[in-house]
Amino acid sequence: MIAEAGLAALWLAAAMAILQLGVAWVGASASSDAPLYLRATRGVALVQGVLVAIAFAMLIWVFARSDMSVLLVAENSHSMKPMLYKIAGAWGNHEGSMLLWVTVLAVAGGAVAFFERQLAPRTLSATLGAQAAIGLGFYAFLLLASNPFTRLNPPPLDGQGLNPLLQDPGLAFHPPTLYFGYVGLSVAFSFAVGALLVRDVGPAFARAMRPWVLAAWIFLTIGITAGSYWAYYELGWGGWWFWDPVENASLMPWLAATALLHSVTVLATRDGLRAWTLMLAVVAFSMSMIGTFLVRSGILTSVHAFAVDPLRGSFILVLLALYIGGALLLFATRVGTVKQGATFELVSREGALVVNNLLLSVILGVVLIGTLYPLLAQAMGVQLSIGAPFFNKATVPVALALVIATVAGPLLRWRRDDWRVLARRMAVPVLTAVAAAILLLVLAGDAGLYPILGISFGAGLAVGSLMPLVGRNLRRTPLYIWGMAIAHLGVAVSILGMAADSGFTRERLAAIPIGETLHVGPFSAKLADVAPTIGPNWSALEARLEVRRGDGRMFVLRPQQRFFSNPVTSTSEAALATRWDGQLYAVLGNGSDNGRWQLRLWWKPFVTLIWAGGGLIAFGGALSLIGRLWRERRKRKGEAQEA
Amino acid sequence: MKPKHQRMLLAGLALVAVLGAAGLALSGLKDEAAFFYAPADARAAPPEPGRAVRLGGMVASGSIQRARDGVTIHFIVTDGKDSVPVSFTGVAPDLFKEDSGVVAEGHFNADGSFTATNLLAKHDERYMPPEVAGAMHKSETLEP
Repeated sequence: MIAEAGLAALWLAAAMAILQLGVAWVGASASSDAPLYLRATRGVALVQGVLVAIAFAMLIWVFARSDMSVLLVAENSHSMKPMLYKIAGAWGNHEGSMLLWVTVLAVAGGAVAFFERQLAPRTLSATLGAQAAIGLGFYAFLLLASNPFTRLNPPPLDGQGLNPLLQDPGLAFHPPTLYFGYVGLSVAFSFAVGALLVRDVGPAFARAMRPWVLAAWIFLTIGITAGSYWAYYELGWGGWWFWDPVENASLMPWLAATALLHSVTVLATRDGLRAWTLMLAVVAFSMSMIGTFLVRSGILTSVHAFAVDPLRGSFILVLLALYIGGALLLFATRVGTVKQGATFELVSREGALVVNNLLLSVILGVVLIGTLYPLLAQAMGVQLSIGAPFFNKATVPVALALVIATVAGPLLRWRRDDWRVLARRMAVPVLTAVAAAILLLVLAGDAGLYPILGISFGAGLAVGSLMPLVGRNLRRTPLYIWGMAIAHLGVAVSILGMAADSGFTRERLAAIPIGETLHVGPFSAKLADVAPTIGPNWSALEARLEVRRGDGRMFVLRPQQRFFSNPVTSTSEAALATRWDGQLYAVLGNGSDNGRWQLRLWWKPFVTLIWAGGGLIAFGGALSLIGRLWRERRKRKGEAQEA
Repeated sequence: MKPKHQRMLLAGLALVAVLGAAGLALSGLKDEAAFFYAPADARAAPPEPGRAVRLGGMVASGSIQRARDGVTIHFIVTDGKDSVPVSFTGVAPDLFKEDSGVVAEGHFNADGSFTATNLLAKHDERYMPPEVAGAMHKSETLEP
C-alpha cells in the first residue's frame, strides 16, 4: 500500500504541476488580477511540494522496512544492512536519486511560493510557471521511464544489497546536499525565464533572486567539498579530485553559480550586466541538467552510473534540448527588450567582477569541453579519455589569474577607480605573495612550479581577502562584507591546501612482512599484525600499524580490506591520522604467499586545508545570506512603519 | 567612456576569453587526450611509445605473476584476438582478478609491452566498463 500511495502522490504532484503552469500562465499575462492569480499559484506550488515530499517519504519508508516486494528495494537493499544505509540506500540508485532530484525541485518551487515577497506579482507568477514546466518534464521521466515504486511479484526472500563503495555515512549526506545546490539553481533559471517573459529585469529582480542563488550555491559548495573528502578517504587512492566526469558535472554548475553570484550583485547594486546575468542564470541550471544527463544516462563509466539504459539517456537528452533550447531561444528573442543597464569604467568594482566572470566562464568552458569531448569522439567512433593532466594544464593558469581578480575586486570602488590607487591598495597582498615565493624557492625549490605559485598566490589572496576589513569598525561592518572576506579567505586556504598536497606529499609503497617498519615523511610505521575482524554486514582483514612521528608517542592506525557478501565485493578502507599540519594516510593492499603485505602510506602536509577552505567558503556564503536577508527585512519593516 | 565603446570593450574581452578557452582546451587535447586501445588495435596500429593511452580487455587466465618486491605485478591483457603483456606497480584494485575486465592507464614501451600507472577494474557484478565491453564485442565480431 505504501508504495502505491507514493506513486499516487507522485501522479497528483504531476497534475498539480500542470495546474500550476496553467494558473501561472494566466497570472503572468493578466493585467488587473495578477495578485489574485499569484495567490492561487502559490497555493498550488505549495501543495505540489508537499505531495512530492510525501512520495519521497514513502520511498524511504519502503526502504527502511526492507519491503522486498518493491523492485527497487529488492535490487538495491538488503535486510541485513544497518538502518542508516537502508534509508540512504533510497537514493543510492537511479530511480531513487531521480525522485530526490524532483523532490528538491518541487520543494524549492514551494519555498519560492511561500517565502518570496519582493518580486512583482506577474514576474513571480511567470517564475512559478517556469518552475512547474521544468517539473513536468522530470515527472514524466520519473513516471514513464524510472518509476521507483514498481512492484515485484513474487517478492524475493532478500535483496541484492548496495554497492559497498556507497555504504558510507557520506552517502547519507553527500547526494542530498549536492542536489539541493544543483537543483536549487532551477530557481535562478525560473527567475530568469520569468523576468524575460514579463520583461521585468532590474535591481529589484536581482535583489529578489540573489538569496536563492546564494542558498543553492552554499549547498553546492558543501556538497562538492564533502564529496571530495568522501572520494579521498573511501576510494583509498590518496587523491581528492579526479576530474571524473561526474565530479565535473557538479563543478560546472558551481562555476556558473559562482559567476552568477557575482554578476547578480552588480545587477542588484549598480543595475549593470542585465543580459549577462540572465544568461548566467540560464547557463547555471543548464549545467545542472547536463550534469544530470551525464550521470543518469549511464553513458559514463563511474561509480555514480547506477544503470545503463539507452531509453533513459535519450529521454533526459530530449528534456535537456527542450529546456535549454527553449530558454536560450527566449533569451535570444527577448534580450533586445532588456534595456541597457548602468555603465562603468573598466577599472572599477564592476570591471573586476566582469573579469572574474569571464575567467570563471573560461574555466567552465574548458571543463565542459574536456568532459564532453570523449563522448563526441565516441559518437564518431574514436575512443579516448581525458584525465587530470588535461584539466590541470588548462585550468590552473586561469585559476591563478582569477586569484588576482579576487584580490583586486573588493579593493576597487564601484563605477570608476584609479589604477594607481588600486596598485597602492594591492601592495601588501602582492608583497606577501612575492615573499612567500622567494621563501619557497630558497627552502623548497624542488617542489615544482605550480605548487610554489599556488602557495604564493594563496598567501597573497589570504592577506588580500582580509584587506576590505582593514580600517573598518569591525563591529559595525555589515555581515555580508564579513561573508565576502571569509569566503575569499576560504578560497585562499583551499588553494594553499591543494598546492601543499601536490608539492610536498610523500608516498611509500612496499610489501613488508609482519614486524617490519616503513618510513614516510617524518613518520615510521611498524606493521604489528594483520588479523580478521567483523562488522554488521562485512568481514575484514585489519592491519595494526604502530606509528611514531620521529621519537614521539606511538599511535595505532588500522587500515582494512573489507569483504562484503551482498553483493560479493571487497573494498579497502583507508586509515587516517589527522595532525594540525597534515594527514597520514594508510592503505592495506593484498597479502602474498610469502607472508608479506602490501602497504601504501602517504604523508600529506596541510591537505586538510582543502576541505577547511571549502567549509569557509560555504560559511562565508551563509554569513552573507543571513546579512542580506536581515537587511532586507529591516528595510521592509522600516518602510512599513513609515507607511 | 561611451556606452557603445564600453559594450564593444566587453564584447572584445568576452571574445578573448572564449578564444583563450578554446586555445587552452585544444592545445591540451592535442597533448593529453588518452586514446583507448584494445590489444588488437595496438597490434594493428601501435601508438607512439611513452604516449599516455588506455589499454582495455580481459586479464588472461593464469597470467598474473607477482614480482619479488611484492608490489609489482605482471599480467596479460587480451581481447580474444591479441594480447599485450602489462606490468604495474602499486596496489591493484579490489576487483582486479583473472578472467575479468580491466582498463590499464599508462603507456606502451618500445618492445610492445605496456607499463600501467593505474588499473581500473569492474566495480561490481552488474558492471563492466563500456570500453571493455566494446573491445570484447569488437574482437568477437572480428573473429571468423
